[in-house]
Amino acid sequence: MATDKKIQGTIAKISGPLVVAKGMLGASMYDVVRVGEAGLVGEIIELRDDTASVQVYEETSGLMPGEIVVDTNESLSVELGPGLIEQFYDGIQRPLQSIESVANSPYITRGITVSAINRTQKWDFVPSVKTGDKVVGGDILGTVKETVLVEHRIMVPPAISGTVKDIKSGSFTVEEPVVVIEDERGKRHEVAMLTRWPVRKPRPVARRLPPEVPLSTGQRVVDMFFPIARGGTACVPGPFGSGKTVIQHQLAKWADAEIVVYIGCGERGNEMTDVLLEFPELEDPRSGQPLMKRTLLIANTSNMPVAAREASIYTGITIAEYFRDMGYSVALMADSTSRWAEALREMSGRLEEMPGEEGYPAYLGTRMASFYERAGRAICLGKDGREGAVSVIGAVSPPGGDLSEPVTQNTLRVAKVFWGLDAQLAYQRHFPAINWLSSYSLYTDTLGEYWDNEYDGEWSEMRIKAMSLLEEEDQLKEIVRLVGIDALSKEERMTMETSKSLREDFLHQNSFHEIDTYASMDKQVKMLRNILTFHRLGMQALSRGALLRELINMPIREEIARMRYVEESGLSKLDELEDKIKDELSKLTEAGGEEDVA
Amino acid sequence: MLPKEYSTISNLSGPLMVVERIRDVRYDELAEIRLSNGERRRGRVLEITEDRALVQVYEGSTGIDADTTKIRFLGDVLMLPVAKSMLGRIFNGRGAPIDGGADIIPETFLDVNGNPMNPYSRDYPSEFIQTGISTIDGMNPLVRGQKLPIFSGSGMPHNRMAAQIARQSTVISGHAAFAVVFAAMGITFEEASFFMEDFRKTGALERTVMFVNLADDPAIERIATPRLALTCAEYLAFEHDMHVLVILTDLTNYCEALREISAARKEVPGRRGYPGYLYTDLATMYERAGRLRGKDGSITQFPILTMPEDDKTHPIPDLTGYITEGQIILGRSLHRKGIYPPVDVMPSLSRLKDKGIGKGKTREDHADLMNQLFAAYSQGKEAKELAVILGDGALSEEDKAFAKFADLFEDTYVRQGEYENRTIEETLQLGWELLTVVPVKELKRIRDAYIEKYLQPMLVEKAENSEQSRQAALTEA
Repeated sequence: MATDKKIQGTIAKISGPLVVAKGMLGASMYDVVRVGEAGLVGEIIELRDDTASVQVYEETSGLMPGEIVVDTNESLSVELGPGLIEQFYDGIQRPLQSIESVANSPYITRGITVSAINRTQKWDFVPSVKTGDKVVGGDILGTVKETVLVEHRIMVPPAISGTVKDIKSGSFTVEEPVVVIEDERGKRHEVAMLTRWPVRKPRPVARRLPPEVPLSTGQRVVDMFFPIARGGTACVPGPFGSGKTVIQHQLAKWADAEIVVYIGCGERGNEMTDVLLEFPELEDPRSGQPLMKRTLLIANTSNMPVAAREASIYTGITIAEYFRDMGYSVALMADSTSRWAEALREMSGRLEEMPGEEGYPAYLGTRMASFYERAGRAICLGKDGREGAVSVIGAVSPPGGDLSEPVTQNTLRVAKVFWGLDAQLAYQRHFPAINWLSSYSLYTDTLGEYWDNEYDGEWSEMRIKAMSLLEEEDQLKEIVRLVGIDALSKEERMTMETSKSLREDFLHQNSFHEIDTYASMDKQVKMLRNILTFHRLGMQALSRGALLRELINMPIREEIARMRYVEESGLSKLDELEDKIKDELSKLTEAGGEEDVA
Repeated sequence: MLPKEYSTISNLSGPLMVVERIRDVRYDELAEIRLSNGERRRGRVLEITEDRALVQVYEGSTGIDADTTKIRFLGDVLMLPVAKSMLGRIFNGRGAPIDGGADIIPETFLDVNGNPMNPYSRDYPSEFIQTGISTIDGMNPLVRGQKLPIFSGSGMPHNRMAAQIARQSTVISGHAAFAVVFAAMGITFEEASFFMEDFRKTGALERTVMFVNLADDPAIERIATPRLALTCAEYLAFEHDMHVLVILTDLTNYCEALREISAARKEVPGRRGYPGYLYTDLATMYERAGRLRGKDGSITQFPILTMPEDDKTHPIPDLTGYITEGQIILGRSLHRKGIYPPVDVMPSLSRLKDKGIGKGKTREDHADLMNQLFAAYSQGKEAKELAVILGDGALSEEDKAFAKFADLFEDTYVRQGEYENRTIEETLQLGWELLTVVPVKELKRIRDAYIEKYLQPMLVEKAENSEQSRQAALTEA
């Protein structure tokens, strides 16, 4: 543990965000150090004899060899406690709002030290155990109402167990001890609401569970075609302009998670500002409260120091794990993991390590895997056996949209859902531009079971039918391209029409339209049912001699196209539409017709 | 205390040199190099160990020798003297006036590298800028504080288009002062003088600051040029509340200079020999665009880059596209058809459009109309491709309508004069007119209310006209 001897060295070399310090004997890997007179925050990433290579989380301009480097003897940690939600942090958990007031400038200047969690604010602590109770690590000691949506549960730190000797109730700051626990050896532990946890170390759980419950996102192509489970992992690779960020924002808005952690890693500043301004205005469709009341933002934009970009991903996932431990379902969005990998590459290059593929370090795959593995559904520590989950959705920005590059490939190896974005679809303004042929979800079987229970077995059946229609369309298109549409039979042309309807009326979803932006599973099922009903009855009508031309020009198809604008409160309209479809098509079948000429 | 002068230059390689036995030198510090013939150059510390510094010389190392050349470290990073009186002036790529005028009287000195804007302090760009070009205003609207690059290729009229934008841009709401900061990196004298002439002719020069690094100026100087321009822009925008439009041309030359230094430092190269930190480096420039809460001014960036072989996946356009808020792509086939400006609207994109348009900003129907035009144009182009393979006969009536739409769209909507300044109303009107050629039931992206309000009157008028002409034809017969 911490020695009394202070380890202090001097700067020997500076190259961008990398500082080499000598005289650091006794320092440990991943210790946080303070660099130079300005006290810039850095982290040791390599040790060789008495020289330590330090990645510095702030701009190194103006540093000079010979300046001091002080080891803090602590690894990079985040502060956990009430006051996290609604915050807007940088990559090493400094609240950007406080940075603004301390720096007294709209720019981020150097050497600013601010605490991650407000030290003066008082929270109402409501105890849920009493003196004399036996507690183990993870047990809930009491609660604090953090926002209208989030009840912050104060837990026994994982390594402590024993008997509650004293517990307070009332208004406290995060640093004031609220509970005293005496362990078996008679040692007394004072527990405050504020705790710390090293970011590179996953928080422990009692038992991990396979993901079986869907994470609803309100996005039709996701929920119906390529669903993600609570505690699952998904990746969104796509070239620029294909709508990665919009998808991430949509998921952050509408996913039915209790907590959302959004990491803007090496991306645009304006995007983060957008989230910051928009989320307090948007209403959570389930609770009616502003979305911001369950959201926490971490931003290390592309122009902020590159090393802190590397840390931001870990800061985010550690906070997500903390809320999982309270028994919440947490969704974490990382936009974009490619920028994180690039930060790794830059540091690796400066360390003069032997490069792997495309200059990325050889340990890229391991690092990515260990990040995605921190997602999952689990039984949390503690006697009550509560369940929590962290779902991770990572955006990937492959250079030139080429999916064979190392970051995408390493991600595909660990992420279970692949939403492949397609530039061609984006040009046609088909959003979300998720390609329905190349994307996949490895959760469809387990989640299919879940939804089939809800919808009498219809869900999987419809999904498979819709997918096979789209697949068939792809092959038919090939024929049309070669020999023209006349070569198709009327049944095949009906398939083309239905697939078009699936694409335009179901898969396409306008995230900027106030109603279309979110669709509940009920609405999705009803919409898909109507499209498929029209197809099934249309085929029947065709076989009984109805004219294809008449069929595809039926005015009711326009109503199908406008199903997306039906409000959630009036979904019965969709059932009425189904009856109408059945009715009109049976009339058409009865009317019959001559052999179709078209 | 006078800074110490060293004559311990040891290694010279490309634009880099190593200075030995130094003391008290800081990372990123500015240095002054004095050649034996009295010439002075400037450099910057790239890497430093206890007794050696690696210095990058902005003007290149030609003529520097290890024996007689002397170097002093100036104790500070590169600073730019700034003042409002810089408007109307022309500077070289290092910030010295080259228009024959006197040195400016600095109001203050600013670090050219700037500091990253705190995302918390940003204000979201949401005010529409009218550029008078339909393909931008109607299809890819620009807003104040956005960074929207033009991806072009050699031989295409990106410069004329940039000049047109600089000339015509206005903010519809509010009338704060408008200024243009222009940074030229490695462009030819001809191109530079085109801009100067154009600005002079239209009277735009007096609200313009130009930083010019020509093709025959030292390549390494280009690393500093855009940073000087952006520092000047930040000063004008946030100290003098001006709306600043920054035009950076040509980013491809900048990236090449960066690659040169990286190669000289023997760094591990990323794609196509460009350094792995190219993304971060570009971001530190592009991200300087924006608006700040509580400030009236704004910085809107128009970086121009020529894509080698028109290849959008080349690292420079690729990384740029990942940082900027959209892109305007010029299409060679449109250019060959003689259409100016040859904006290929399909792959072009403005990411911030949604917040800048609509009721109270442009017009309520703008978003729907825009989406519909995109969809219709895409469908029309597909139909045309099909017709190329199978002949017109293979097209359905619907496809023919869309093919006709696509032609009309290119010919009337995309095409416009270099000095034609269309208002947003004119652009929207034009869009609706084009939609009259396709069947109404295909207009799925537009709300019924807008079709009723904007399209129906036109359809009625069109029907009346054709009825009249039919009648006229009958009577004539």
